[in-house]
Amino acid sequence: MLAFILRRLFQSALVLLCVGVIAFALFRLVGDPVNQIVSIDTPFEQRQQIRKDLGLDDPSIVQFGRYLVKAARFDFGISYQFRQPVSTLIGERMPATLELTFMAALLSLVVGIPMGVYTALRRGSFLSGVFMSVSLIGVSLPTFLIAILLRWIFSVHLGWLPSFGRGQVVNLGWWSTGLLTVSGIKALILPAITLGLFQMTLIMRLVRAEMLEVLRTDYIKFARARGLSDRAIHFGHALKNTLVPVITIAGLQLGSIIAFALITEYVFQWPGMGALFLGAVQNVDIPVMAAYLLLVSFIFVVVNLVVDILYAVVDPRLRANMQAA
Amino acid sequence: MLRKVLFAAAAAVALSAASVAVAPASAATLRYANQGDLKSLDPYTLNETTTNAHLGNVYEGLTSRGKDLAIGPGLAERWETPEPTRWRFYLRKGVKFANGEDFTADDVLFSADRVRAAGSNFTTRVPKDAKFVKVDDYTVDVVLSSPNPILNYQWDTWYIMSKKWAEANNAVAPTPASATSPSYASLNANGTGPFRIESHQPGVKTVFKPNPNWRGPTEHNLTEVIFTPINSDATRVAALLSGEVDIIEPVPIQDIQRINSANNVQVLTGPELRTIFLGFDQTRDELLESSVKGKNPFKDAKVREAFYKAIDVEAIKSRVMRGLSTPSALMIAPELFALSKDFTRPKADPEGAKKLLAEAGYPNGFEVGMDCPTDRYVNDGPICQAAVGMLARIGVKVNLNAQPKAQYFAKILKPNGYKTSFYLLGWTPGTLDSHNVLYDIMGCRDDANVARGETNLGGYCNKKLDALTDQILVETDTAKRNQLIKQAFQIGFDDYSYIPLHQQALAWGVAKNVKLVQRADNQVLLYWIKKD
Repeated sequence: MLAFILRRLFQSALVLLCVGVIAFALFRLVGDPVNQIVSIDTPFEQRQQIRKDLGLDDPSIVQFGRYLVKAARFDFGISYQFRQPVSTLIGERMPATLELTFMAALLSLVVGIPMGVYTALRRGSFLSGVFMSVSLIGVSLPTFLIAILLRWIFSVHLGWLPSFGRGQVVNLGWWSTGLLTVSGIKALILPAITLGLFQMTLIMRLVRAEMLEVLRTDYIKFARARGLSDRAIHFGHALKNTLVPVITIAGLQLGSIIAFALITEYVFQWPGMGALFLGAVQNVDIPVMAAYLLLVSFIFVVVNLVVDILYAVVDPRLRANMQAA
Repeated sequence: MLRKVLFAAAAAVALSAASVAVAPASAATLRYANQGDLKSLDPYTLNETTTNAHLGNVYEGLTSRGKDLAIGPGLAERWETPEPTRWRFYLRKGVKFANGEDFTADDVLFSADRVRAAGSNFTTRVPKDAKFVKVDDYTVDVVLSSPNPILNYQWDTWYIMSKKWAEANNAVAPTPASATSPSYASLNANGTGPFRIESHQPGVKTVFKPNPNWRGPTEHNLTEVIFTPINSDATRVAALLSGEVDIIEPVPIQDIQRINSANNVQVLTGPELRTIFLGFDQTRDELLESSVKGKNPFKDAKVREAFYKAIDVEAIKSRVMRGLSTPSALMIAPELFALSKDFTRPKADPEGAKKLLAEAGYPNGFEVGMDCPTDRYVNDGPICQAAVGMLARIGVKVNLNAQPKAQYFAKILKPNGYKTSFYLLGWTPGTLDSHNVLYDIMGCRDDANVARGETNLGGYCNKKLDALTDQILVETDTAKRNQLIKQAFQIGFDDYSYIPLHQQALAWGVAKNVKLVQRADNQVLLYWIKKD
């Protein structure tokens, strides 16, 4: 098991290196950061001085090497826009993103799995039809449209929920949380629904399809023949066996909702890492972009690793394979 | 089908909401959202409107600009010019910084050195060779090497810092835009202005509180100001409509009607000082992006005149800008030049334009590339598309390259060698004076080591205009100076050097219980805001 984890960690270092190379190749195309740092009437001499100070005149390979050496020591440089260390900025923004994505993931699992089970067991009932229609909306409408629609109804017209921001936050050491205040929780509702809706419908449809598949298998028939209760069959046997693919998808989706929370964050002005990254793209803030991309790829690698370990927990057959490998 | 159902449901919910429940903000807390952010607290790091406006609530200059942008006293009570090269400033007595220190002449001398030091983005605020002499604690002489009638024009945003505070906190040198570690002054502020900064989280939230040491008089009634940058247009508008913020800037043109139809908010509009214009590459012997080979059609004034006459600014105003622009004949806003009424813009004349093109040797027109930003000015992309259509009517095929500002500016500015043939740009003279336009935008750029014409991206050049510009710099008699400026603008006008389009409009969304002053330089200044 340990060897397996170590090998995966080594692979993740390679992944990060590749992401870094690709990112630096792309940064040449995003524009000149100096124009975004200073105003248009800044004299040419000052511009050149800033270019020189930032090391933008060096060849990309030199810039990349310098970046790697620093990044290895967890020094991600200074943001061009905010003139603060990137690690500080990301550290400040990370709690917001993680709380949002955690709530969205929780929502998608807590609501998605029961809905999937229900629609599989009670096919053709009216409520199943409603769930299936709702899921179609969740899958087909783009995030930003759902966000704007929800906000229009619940903040502008009804005035129940805030339209942007995080509300009042409480600092617990370095972690700022919005979960301890009423305004913080209210502020979380719309973004979490927006972000979680797609995952929720995905999980619901996945659970439904897997359940239908499993319910047809022989061991379920045998279980029925043995006279087990419906409850034991459905939840003890059928649901447990549908969970392997659900864990894979939910795990990978967790990575992607952390990474792609940026649209939701942008629309709700949620002060998280995604909004920071989008601002960085608009302003050619290369240090922030680079750090964010590395962080996101690292999160993906970790999530994949956790998913692999979870497999072993859920499916005993895999445990033997892993030890052999 | 689903969409329809959904919208119907949404509409039903919206209609059934009998009343709009809005949590009332406590009376004197103002919530304000802007597209831009306060990018550095060090007042010499970044010369940019939103940052300058924010810091103007905390810091003060020797002069100030009033509600109509007229220059008035600031930290200097009054000033005089005993001789053309010597200015004497009498400082206000009894002024304290937010931390309680007294303001004296030493702070002015210190700020004059700091603003001109390496790393400052405001070096042009004070001439390099100007000497600051302390006469006594409350009198400062500025000795110049040549007369300068506009010496103090930008001093309202040359913010005076405390010498003692800077020395105590290791912030004597300005924080450069390229700083690799944040300085104390870029994270903290200590000014003499009516507000102080309570907390500042870049990109998230900045809280202002009244400065307890402010000398008064106090025109605002605010006890707290919470500033949030909100990038997304739709989010900003929704935040205003739902009553979560009291002021937003800017309001997208297409949302103005919707805001005005709500009952608790309104949009304030007014002309802005920025002039939007089109420019031509007039230097290269062959255009970079054109079907014409071996020569540059824009070197021929007739071609430029034809382009000028093909563009219908009134149509752009009514169709693209929804009435919110002021068509312009000059490269400077009428508010900033007393004699601007003497210039009128010729009417659009596509037929005449076609004839001119034929006379210049292009009866069938030609092809040319055009560079245009899409996220810098109000409706910049659509303006360019409209121009492309208008030029098509006279037979010119324009290949529009509309791009985000990050790529746009990287392509067309001096560091990349002005790689453009035809472009759209906007300009507000930093000094709010014509000299800046004549020097930066219309000056010849034949010497790469001189700053003249650095933003003259097409390289228009007329030596007569340059000679007048040099005279304008040192002429101290206002009437004479205005005549010289008029002559210079006339030359640029006759040469069809540029195609000025319009001044865009300011649009601020404001709750109806908030009274404020909308100044034409687009600065939202907290010290004039009253909230019921």
